[in-house]
Amino acid sequence: MVLELQKPRPIWQIMFSTHHTDVGLLYLIMSLGFLFLGGALALAIRAELFLPGAQIIGDAMTFNRIFTVHGTTLIFLFIIPFASAVGNYFVPIMVRYKDMAYPKLNAIAFWMIPPAGALIWLGFADFTWYATPPYSIISAPGPAADMWIFGLKILGVSSVLGAINFVVTILKCKHPDMSIGQVPLLAWSFLSSSLIILVAIPTFAAALLMLLTDRLGVTGFFNPAMGGDPIAYAHLFWFTFHPEVYVLVIPAIGMMYEIIPRFSRKPIYSFNSGIFAFVLLSIVGFSSWAHHMYATGMSFTEKTVFMVGTLAAVPASAMHVYNFIATMWNGRIKFSTPMMWAVGGIALFFSAGAGGVANAAMPLDFTTHDTYWVVGHFHLFVMGTIAFGSIGFLYYMYPYVTGRMYNEAMGKIHFILSFIGTILVFFTQHVLGLYGMPRRIFDYPPIPEWIAMNQIASVGAMVIGVSMVIFLVNMIHSAGKGEPANPEDPFGVGGKYYYPFEAKNPSH
Amino acid sequence: MGGHSNWPEWIYVGAVVAIMCWVGAEAWEAERLVEHVPEGAEIIKVTGQQWFWTFEHEDGTKEIGELHVEKGKAYKFEIHSTDVNHSFNIHDYVVLMDAIPGRVNTVWFAPDAVGEHDIQCREYCGLIHYNMRGTLIVEEPHS
Repeated sequence: MVLELQKPRPIWQIMFSTHHTDVGLLYLIMSLGFLFLGGALALAIRAELFLPGAQIIGDAMTFNRIFTVHGTTLIFLFIIPFASAVGNYFVPIMVRYKDMAYPKLNAIAFWMIPPAGALIWLGFADFTWYATPPYSIISAPGPAADMWIFGLKILGVSSVLGAINFVVTILKCKHPDMSIGQVPLLAWSFLSSSLIILVAIPTFAAALLMLLTDRLGVTGFFNPAMGGDPIAYAHLFWFTFHPEVYVLVIPAIGMMYEIIPRFSRKPIYSFNSGIFAFVLLSIVGFSSWAHHMYATGMSFTEKTVFMVGTLAAVPASAMHVYNFIATMWNGRIKFSTPMMWAVGGIALFFSAGAGGVANAAMPLDFTTHDTYWVVGHFHLFVMGTIAFGSIGFLYYMYPYVTGRMYNEAMGKIHFILSFIGTILVFFTQHVLGLYGMPRRIFDYPPIPEWIAMNQIASVGAMVIGVSMVIFLVNMIHSAGKGEPANPEDPFGVGGKYYYPFEAKNPSH
Repeated sequence: MGGHSNWPEWIYVGAVVAIMCWVGAEAWEAERLVEHVPEGAEIIKVTGQQWFWTFEHEDGTKEIGELHVEKGKAYKFEIHSTDVNHSFNIHDYVVLMDAIPGRVNTVWFAPDAVGEHDIQCREYCGLIHYNMRGTLIVEEPHS
């Protein structure tokens, strides 16, 4: 039994451990820390945009730095490490191996993240998470920009190390009696996303180096004044970061595949279509990157190719939604907190996907591109789908990690407030985009429709903020004072859990 | 897994694929029409720089921050930037094209009513990006 918080240990024993659940715990706590830090920045942004004119943030430069660090933090320091936390806890158990394939590498991959996070937060760069040249080369103030580049470089290496570990653990260390087709869908999701990382990340790693040498003035890859081309950076960036969207979303879907059948008390509707859709998404995800670049002056043919590539990803996503709904159909569903988060996440996943189809259609993209529509669209993915799946899964694994139950009522209030808040913020941002409000702006003209929508969005953000305080209190209080969980069946739904207490080697 | 039949899923996936084909075909057709620049469109050179827009008409007239055009005429914008990336946007006429140093991008429009519309920058370009705004003024034809 590995109930970390029930068996007091000195903190350095966890910090210097290479055991997969210890590394998972480190990932978990660090990613949640960054969730609250990045979320606080989001509240500052929404407070500033509540009214036109300067509100709480005095100047545009501070505002630009805040949204840059907000985005970088929540993508690279919350979503990805949180998925690694879940993968560390569950993948070795699911493939019936004693640990990750390379335990030391696992710990190293984790310990690269805190210094990278420190570089990003101490630098506080202002060039958006996209770091687009030539602005990032000739205009962005250092050393913040250079610190951001180094931070991302370290995070990239950490991701690659983590991905290698997951791939080897799943493919090479799974129990000999287990065929690859018997590996649970959550582990399959980590296999798919890790393979995407291995193919996609090196491109951005190269682009970051080129960006750095461009900033130092020794090269001119992306600097038009030295004969370079900023559009080349856009291609390299999106070749990594459109597939990266699937790196973020696939583990969250995997988490839902663990929650939905458990709380529907039914087996998954179609295991094979889940695998098929994961593999299809991982491949098709590479055919759509330049749909972020329709307005850079691409030819009609290029735009058509990338539109088709983008639309091709929709059926695979739709298969997941079908699978979830068919699993819940006629099930004896128990709406415990994790189930509520998973079902809410699926609803928002569907909404986000529908908006994505509109973005992909070439003529419509010229209405929505770089407006608040896009902000609303991708936040429905990162918040509505990925964070919802992740938070639901956190409630699901909570009894195992702490040996205690969280407070169910507080968990449900957390969900309801977050769900309402998410709809208020991100649906209204779609409307704002249709009104034409550009993204990444510190201030906006006093157009009545813009003010109204911004105020609704800001109120929604505060509702999410309140729900997150409830969440934090629940997590901390229940870890010490919650009711002891029944380790065999903490949620009272029966069935076989993939809980790590089945692992036979508590220390490694 | 197991003994159930999968035909509802096949129908569902088929329906999704059909909808995507329809969206793609409609978008392809619309974009093809939108990209066809009318003959004789008047050229306006648009320059983006931190943090304002300048316009140069075919007759050599230059304007800063304001752009005067005539109702009923077609205009073709030739857009470039002198420093960092910007994005030239007249939202009311769905005119959007990036201004990129070292490149000239083109987009066209034909205003159909007299009035004023906002011009803005839609690509992040630094400190005053939020206020890189201008005004499009559509006037009655002069002649």
